Amino acid sequence: MSNVQTVVEMRGITKRFPGIIANDNINLKVKKGEIHALLGENGAGKSTLMNVLFGLYQPEEGEILINESPVKITSPNIANEMGIGMVHQHFMLVDPFTVTENIILGKEPKAGLKIDIASAAKKVQELSEQYGLKVDPYAKIADISVGMQQRVEILKTLYRGADILIFDEPTAVLTPQEILELIDIMHNLVKEGKTIILITHKLKEIMAVCDSVTIIRRGKTIDTLTVKETNINELASKMVGREVTFTVDKTEASPKQTILSVNNVTAMGNRGVNALNGISFEVKAGEILGIAGVDGNGQSELIEVLTGLQKAQSGSVTINGKEIMNKTPRYISEEGLANIPEDRHKRGLVLDFSVAENLVLKSYYMDEYNKKGFLDYDKINVHATKLIEEFDVRTPSIHTLARALSGGNQQKGIIAREVDGDPDLLIAAQPTRGLDVGAIEFIHKRLIEQRDKGKAVLLISFELDEIRNVSDRIAVIYEGQIVGVVDPKTTNEEELGLMMSGGKRMQGGTQGE
Amino acid sequence: MNKFVQVFTKDSFLVPVVAIIFGLIVGAFAMLAGGFNPIEAYVALFDKVFGDMYNFGETIRQITPLIFSGLAVAFAFRTGMFNIGVEGQFLMGMVTAVYLGVKLDLPFFLHAPITIVGSMLAGGLWAAFAGWLKAVRGVHEVITTIMLNWTALYLVNFILTTTLVPEGQQRSETIKESAMINIGWLSEMFDSARLHWGTLIALGAAFIFYIVLWKTRTGFELRATGVNPHAAEYAGMNVNKNVVKAMFISGALAGIGGACEILGVFHYQAISAALPGYGFDGIAVALIGGNTPIGVIFGAILFGILTFGAGGMKLGAGVPVELIRVVIASVIFFVAAHGIVRYFLKPILAKKKDKEVL
Repeated sequence: MSNVQTVVEMRGITKRFPGIIANDNINLKVKKGEIHALLGENGAGKSTLMNVLFGLYQPEEGEILINESPVKITSPNIANEMGIGMVHQHFMLVDPFTVTENIILGKEPKAGLKIDIASAAKKVQELSEQYGLKVDPYAKIADISVGMQQRVEILKTLYRGADILIFDEPTAVLTPQEILELIDIMHNLVKEGKTIILITHKLKEIMAVCDSVTIIRRGKTIDTLTVKETNINELASKMVGREVTFTVDKTEASPKQTILSVNNVTAMGNRGVNALNGISFEVKAGEILGIAGVDGNGQSELIEVLTGLQKAQSGSVTINGKEIMNKTPRYISEEGLANIPEDRHKRGLVLDFSVAENLVLKSYYMDEYNKKGFLDYDKINVHATKLIEEFDVRTPSIHTLARALSGGNQQKGIIAREVDGDPDLLIAAQPTRGLDVGAIEFIHKRLIEQRDKGKAVLLISFELDEIRNVSDRIAVIYEGQIVGVVDPKTTNEEELGLMMSGGKRMQGGTQGE
Repeated sequence: MNKFVQVFTKDSFLVPVVAIIFGLIVGAFAMLAGGFNPIEAYVALFDKVFGDMYNFGETIRQITPLIFSGLAVAFAFRTGMFNIGVEGQFLMGMVTAVYLGVKLDLPFFLHAPITIVGSMLAGGLWAAFAGWLKAVRGVHEVITTIMLNWTALYLVNFILTTTLVPEGQQRSETIKESAMINIGWLSEMFDSARLHWGTLIALGAAFIFYIVLWKTRTGFELRATGVNPHAAEYAGMNVNKNVVKAMFISGALAGIGGACEILGVFHYQAISAALPGYGFDGIAVALIGGNTPIGVIFGAILFGILTFGAGGMKLGAGVPVELIRVVIASVIFFVAAHGIVRYFLKPILAKKKDKEVL
């Protein structure tokens, strides 16, 4: 036996859900003290596998060994007892509570009848210092940054005595600087003897922090590689199953007249403070303007104001010179605005409607789809058949419920519907969130195709790579304002990162000339 | 469309039937525990309902208002709202029918239709008010409709005492004959059971329910608003308008139901201290029927048979009313909680699926 101990071993794990095999005889071997990546596209079965390890699912076949002895993990509590902790992608924190209160939740130390906050806070402080997490035990969750909240999640697992930490897509919500900090934290954790399993589909991160990587595709283990001996292209082709290009093919943009003009718009956010603080920018015909920024800097409010879902306090928004601010969504859409919404399940689709019905969700009222006061389902179906073919929406039938489609096909359906009306302006908000590489390529091509047809495209995304690859100009949003407009060809990640965190403002650049 | 057909497919037919049997078995145990003979009781139930023409006709009479109130609840539900106020809307329909039935002086071909339309508007507006409060002020419809039930009850009593009830009596005058919707020859066939055109109107309403929701622009909007108001709003639909519209239609169905009870069955309305319960039964019926029009009809039939047949169980087998309620409740429990039934049927359903694939 070698001196490097295997802490987690999953052998032949098979987990079926109605209609699909999420995990098909998967093997995973994680050595003590390493950072092991679990790489795969969305829907490949990474999360299912980790949920099996964390006791949320029971596998039909296969066995799990922790520290080389077989175990049965039937609940997250048992996983905790075995020293397995999970840092979820969506934080499970109580906003009005303090850091300490959140960490001890469910495991409160008692002093008589009271909760012993002081000693808990001390322990949190110690752990925080030991791993270089820099968390104030008495800060309220609502007051600290997203990066800090993530560290609270990490502390939560450490407080419960975790030796094996599972990170589920931890960088999705972080700025580039915060990502660097997280990488440091991971190295610290490993130095202190912890083992990390990192679930991700981002290849760069794996190259930067991981020791080894297990690739999963369609529920099957493809390979386990040592990171030092591989490269990004090899990982990508193993993940997708074919060669992938990372750059987006596009010609130079030839911007023409201004389509969308946003002038000094202010609007309230959820918390009753201004989310948009006099934001101004323009999008011209034949160009893609990318809006980069960290989540929560007014992107959602901007989209809602532009599409008419939220009222703005002041300013003006025009499409082709016509004022559309604070008009109804239908009025705005008839003026030529189409929108791939941020949250396709909440806004983009009625999941319990058929694909055909979803494809006319915005045009059902037009004469085209009505006959003598009734909906003309023949025309609606013809329309749907045409669009699913044109946009390669893979669905068993046009009568299938939208709910049953994969994320990529749902998104293709939305794009089909939005582009179908031949809009002058297309707003794409997080258009590739949660999609796999193939679908991302498709969607990027469609955005560029719109641009080349002489339409204006506004791309709002948290994915910096996406913004840099697709946009012709990049505007950075910070605290509800555009803090600068840069050229994607000359800027770099560091500059963008600084602007995104409010560290650098470009003077006089707000109009992007 | 699918929803409409689904009711007839084998799977959804099997599940409710088994659910009813389960319910009757549990009810049987309840009766056994109480020292009564369940077989005797069930025989008495069916004997009461199907034993003679009069009682069979009266069962149909019992089923009719349940269809209306079930449809009313289901319609609101399809649009994402829980209309607990069908009770009050039904009452508003009833009082309007009595008022117009007594006060108007019209030929028969106008009197009944105008009265029904009046009741429909009364019920619809009563519900639309709750919808409006939700749309404009964001008040949850469960709260407002519950309160409007009581408001309706006392308002109805007030209208009755001040305008329709003769001095010293407890019930209103009888409506004019021109407003009545009884079917004389049919009643004769059923040994003078109170049969009326309302049953046909109820079936028609179920059909219109289907057409409106699944075939029209309005229905498209209402359904979209019901399952995903965020997407509906994003797609340019006026969610608030749809909320009011849906509540109006829901209340209108209840209002017609109220009119038919007056014009076809009672011909007068009594001052009442308590809510009559049509609306609450409607919630159960809608639930049993899975909020589909066909489902509601079957749900109403089941509920009507059980409640009407309950009289027979009491007389024929001596089962006390309280125990009969337990039996009814357990049947409804299993029909509504069809997940449990599905769980027990899993092996059978799975096998069937395999066969169908082959």
